[in-house]
Amino acid sequence: MAKERFEFTTGLKKKLYLVAIIGFVLLLVGAIFPGGGHEAEAGDHEGTEQHDAGTSDDHGTNASDNHSGADNDGHGGMISDESGEDHGAGEADHGGGWLKRLGVNLWINNVYFVGLGIIGIFFFTLQYASQAGWSAFLLRVPLAMGSWLPYAFVLMIVTFIIFGHDIFHWTHSDLYNQFLANGELNPHYDALIAGKSSYFFLPLEGGSFPLFFVLRMVVFFAVWFFLFKKIKSLALAEDELGGDSYWFKMRKFSAIFLVFFAVSSSVSAWDWIMSIDVHWFSTMFGWYVFASWWVTGLAFITLVTVLLKEAGYLSQVTSNHLHDLGKFIFAFSIFWTYVWFSQFLLIYYANIPEESVYFVERLLSDKYAPFFFINLILNFIFPLLTFMTRDAKRLNVFLKIVCIVILGGHWIDFYLMVTPGTLGENGAFGFTEIGLFMIFGVAFLFVTLTALSKSALVAKNHPMLEEAKHHHI
Amino acid sequence: MSDSRNFVLGVFDDEDVLLSAVRKVRGAGVKIDEVYSPFPVHGLDEELGYKRSRLPIAAFMFGILGTSLALTMQFWMLGVDWPMIIGGKDFTPLPDFIPVTFELTVLLAAFGMVGTFFVSTDLKPWKDPKMLDLRITDDKHVMAIDLGQNKSVDAQTINSVLKDSGAIEVNDKEVED
Repeated sequence: MAKERFEFTTGLKKKLYLVAIIGFVLLLVGAIFPGGGHEAEAGDHEGTEQHDAGTSDDHGTNASDNHSGADNDGHGGMISDESGEDHGAGEADHGGGWLKRLGVNLWINNVYFVGLGIIGIFFFTLQYASQAGWSAFLLRVPLAMGSWLPYAFVLMIVTFIIFGHDIFHWTHSDLYNQFLANGELNPHYDALIAGKSSYFFLPLEGGSFPLFFVLRMVVFFAVWFFLFKKIKSLALAEDELGGDSYWFKMRKFSAIFLVFFAVSSSVSAWDWIMSIDVHWFSTMFGWYVFASWWVTGLAFITLVTVLLKEAGYLSQVTSNHLHDLGKFIFAFSIFWTYVWFSQFLLIYYANIPEESVYFVERLLSDKYAPFFFINLILNFIFPLLTFMTRDAKRLNVFLKIVCIVILGGHWIDFYLMVTPGTLGENGAFGFTEIGLFMIFGVAFLFVTLTALSKSALVAKNHPMLEEAKHHHI
Repeated sequence: MSDSRNFVLGVFDDEDVLLSAVRKVRGAGVKIDEVYSPFPVHGLDEELGYKRSRLPIAAFMFGILGTSLALTMQFWMLGVDWPMIIGGKDFTPLPDFIPVTFELTVLLAAFGMVGTFFVSTDLKPWKDPKMLDLRITDDKHVMAIDLGQNKSVDAQTINSVLKDSGAIEVNDKEVED
């Protein structure tokens, strides 16, 4: 007889603590020795930056000289007046450089795990809105993932307040006024960013507090969390009382969430990631980030489901249900590639300088070009080839391998979205990145598994349990 | 006559009865030639002991064929036969070739799969279908047992097994091959 309720044992907790401690040690090691080969190359940065500045001059839009100057800032790691740091200088700045790298990594992990949280709710609500029956046994796993949202909100706001200037070039207050107080031309004025100021600062002046930006973040989290709480309480009430009225109510709230999510997921992708490369824009970006989040979330749901099943829970989940999850991962890995490639091909083919600079930073850089291809191999070619056959999608071993690869692969995807625009050629991949990812992963697992252990692992009175039981493909 | 086949036809009006009947008939050592039904019956393939279709493998092969054909075509045309500079790119820019490659892969996989299906199931416009019982196009399931394939079991046993397992009728039919 299978266990009905997930038990978050102390043994498992200890293992998670151990992983977190290893992550913390790696983070410390990363702080002391920031990145393999990073210091050796430090002397060359000056040269690289010069070269980059030249490139962006060539590519610069005809807007103004100031534009290419600002682009130069972006490449060189945002030399800002406030912090007064000069990253090209070398050894002496490594402390500050590492802190900045920490901030950028915090942001990558925040965005990645917020994605997992909302995708949990998205998966859950999608099943209700589409009246799906097959997934009734495993719906508590995605529901538990939503519990990460309040923690994610706090982490995100705190990271934004502390590291905002390091991550977002547009937060610098000196970009928005064409003239200085003494009437001279402002050398930092950036016409393109100033033109976008209302998107960040409305109703305040450009360069002051980014009220509209923060407000969007607060409203998104508030609505997501409210609907999550509502749906969760309905699901738990259904456990107690039964009847199909709860199912209909959940369906209503699911539909509301999906409509809100459709808009908010795109806008948060622009806000949190696309605004890092603030001169650049892509109309595919919302979809692209959503696709990345969605595959990651599916991989996480599948991985947890398989592991729970192997631990003796969820005995009703058969290889038929896992097969469906596998098909989801297979299909949306291809969907992610489709969106990714659509964005890439159009920009590459049109070759408009202000657009193609995004891929110049990634593809023509020794730092990021390897990740660019690793990203494609891990997230497209690997799942495509391993998950093509029916058997692979039904076997626990294959499911686990592919899910773990995708979870890592899409982290690299987010790494590639955030790092080149913030750290530029000073970016690296080392102990810091791995350590912080482990700490975040443990925190996320801790919250999810705690939420999972609070209620029955399978809904007791879900009206579609019978349908899910006979699910057969 | 050696080129005519003698069938015993069990007629069923319920797919659940049919499924258990298939199990019982096969359990009695009778070989079933084919089961005809007006709609797909879930689980019938497993009960009949059919192997999984190899059609996906054919589709994959045709897909690979489409991929290589498309790439070869474009590389040859734009790289060898008539090099042209388009949009300031190289003569053979791989990203530009992807959409055509994708389309040809899908096209050949789809056409190849449909063609393979027609060939393997012997479907063709001039085929003369042997309708064992007209009601399989309406609301009855028919289990066809070829007596030629069941020499070791006598027809009487087959009849009684079919009746016992819930067939509403059992008919004999001779079909010219």
